[in-house]
Amino acid sequence: MTAESGTARRPMLAALPRFSQQINRVLTWVVVGLFVVWVVGNFINAPKQFVSVFLLGVTLGSIYALVALGYTLVYGIIELINFAHGDVFMWGSMIAVTVSAHWLGLDGSQGWYVTAPLIFVTLLACIAFCGTLNVAIERLAYRPLRNAPKLAPLITAIGMSFILQNAGALVYGFIEQPVPDIFPTKPLFRIGGIAYTQKSLLIVLITIPVLLALVYLVRSTRQGKAMRAVAQDMDASRMMGIDVDRTIAFTFALGGALAGAAGLLFVMYQTSTRYDLGFQLGLFAFTAAVLGGIGNLTGAAFGALLIGLIQAFNEGLSWHTPGSSWTQSVIFSILILVLVFRPQGLLGEAVSDRA
Amino acid sequence: MSDNGAALLEVEDVHTFYGTIEAVKGISITVHEGEVVTLIGANGAGKSTTLRSIQGINRPKTGRIVFKGQDIVGRRPHEIVKMGISQSPEGRRLFSRMSVRENLEMGAFQRSDKAGIQQDIDRVYELFPRLQERRMQKAGTLSGGEQQMCAIGRALMARPKLLMLDEPSLGLAPILVERIFEIVREINHQGTAILLVEQNALIALAVAKRGYVLETGRVVLHDTAQALRQNEQVRKAYLGEV
Repeated sequence: MTAESGTARRPMLAALPRFSQQINRVLTWVVVGLFVVWVVGNFINAPKQFVSVFLLGVTLGSIYALVALGYTLVYGIIELINFAHGDVFMWGSMIAVTVSAHWLGLDGSQGWYVTAPLIFVTLLACIAFCGTLNVAIERLAYRPLRNAPKLAPLITAIGMSFILQNAGALVYGFIEQPVPDIFPTKPLFRIGGIAYTQKSLLIVLITIPVLLALVYLVRSTRQGKAMRAVAQDMDASRMMGIDVDRTIAFTFALGGALAGAAGLLFVMYQTSTRYDLGFQLGLFAFTAAVLGGIGNLTGAAFGALLIGLIQAFNEGLSWHTPGSSWTQSVIFSILILVLVFRPQGLLGEAVSDRA
Repeated sequence: MSDNGAALLEVEDVHTFYGTIEAVKGISITVHEGEVVTLIGANGAGKSTTLRSIQGINRPKTGRIVFKGQDIVGRRPHEIVKMGISQSPEGRRLFSRMSVRENLEMGAFQRSDKAGIQQDIDRVYELFPRLQERRMQKAGTLSGGEQQMCAIGRALMARPKLLMLDEPSLGLAPILVERIFEIVREINHQGTAILLVEQNALIALAVAKRGYVLETGRVVLHDTAQALRQNEQVRKAYLGEV
């Protein structure tokens, strides 16, 4: 664009932002208002049902949070939307089935003192596998394109997603991979006829310390500071003596490890997985990351919680609710609305990088 | 500083490209232990690219860069920092969303001696008391002069043998420029060799012992700073005399 065309267009454009900012604000409040009315209406309509659906949403949200953090970590450091991330998560769920049910022979009949350590072994296997897989993807597919235009690694990521998905189908077939109920399923309490099970609580209890550990790692450790520095200025980081390639690889390892843990929790919760799990769930988690403000850790966790709640509300409530066949439409409408009206996300801020 | 100190850094006939564009076309420079050497020249003369080549950010296509007797061409930037070269880059390039203190800590990334790092942070605060006042502030919120101080301080945190300063006077008020260069002298007196890139030739030649004049990627002149200050050509082109 030349300077002349820039100045010629300015009068028209200058009028636009003020106008659209007002519309923006009004529409945002209308959407948020309708959402609040809908939530409160449902609560009044059936308070008990609401509470149990809410708890379900928290469980779903914590699984999404683990996946969403992988998107946000990678985006934060190299500004790449790693579309293959959902499929790494799918592989995590597959490995969880293979190791826990097929290799270790867990089927829910063993006592907790047998199950707990073996589940821990499975978790380590998932983390190791997905962490390594993600690092390998970065090394083979993204690093050679580090200095290429941004579109190149993005398209590569989509290709990588297809490769992983098809590899999953090749190894595990096109059918559901079932796994017995290994996590304890005894109901802790019942509200409105729906049981809140031990496994739902267990998933939340595993997720929270993982999230806290991650925040600590990024905020306060040497490696975490290196990640933040590389995210802000790669060349300056090199000049400070940070090994940029290693820091990026570490970020992918961390994202992969989280996806591996999420894969295990997901398959233990749903008791089945499939080769195309990563596509839908990956996009849900990606929506969560965008909703919270991509690149922002707290935002990703918060966005994931919201997406989990919205999905649970949509599928479990009854007052003016679209129902489960509309879940994807609802969630991707949210993605579109956020991208149009608040692209920096709920918690993201338009930060200036002056310095 | 002594005249015949050993060569700390020797750059020999280095050619560096950005894609197909040759930004540095065969530059040779030498920095001795404890010496201040300046590279002066106009925009696009290849000064910053020379620093980036030495640091290992842009790998030279041909030529040798010898630091403390070892050829460092092809070494990765973090290894070169560890060997004792650090820089305050063009445009300062602080980590704007980190605090002043965190920025200083990042400068010491290759070091693990906690006590020594704390000692050096204190030393930087002593050199630049303003930074201590603003230590918890995000670097992006500092004024231009404070950012420059922070960038120099950050480079010092690596405890370099050779400190490279790229345009430390850029965009600063004259009184601040004076202050910055006082500190550059002080750093040098404490034993650090300095390779100084400047467009402000007047002040650069006042601080440096020797200077190289760069034009379009080549060294066109090199001599002692005193001789360069007297040089007719330099006076016309860089010292603003008619």
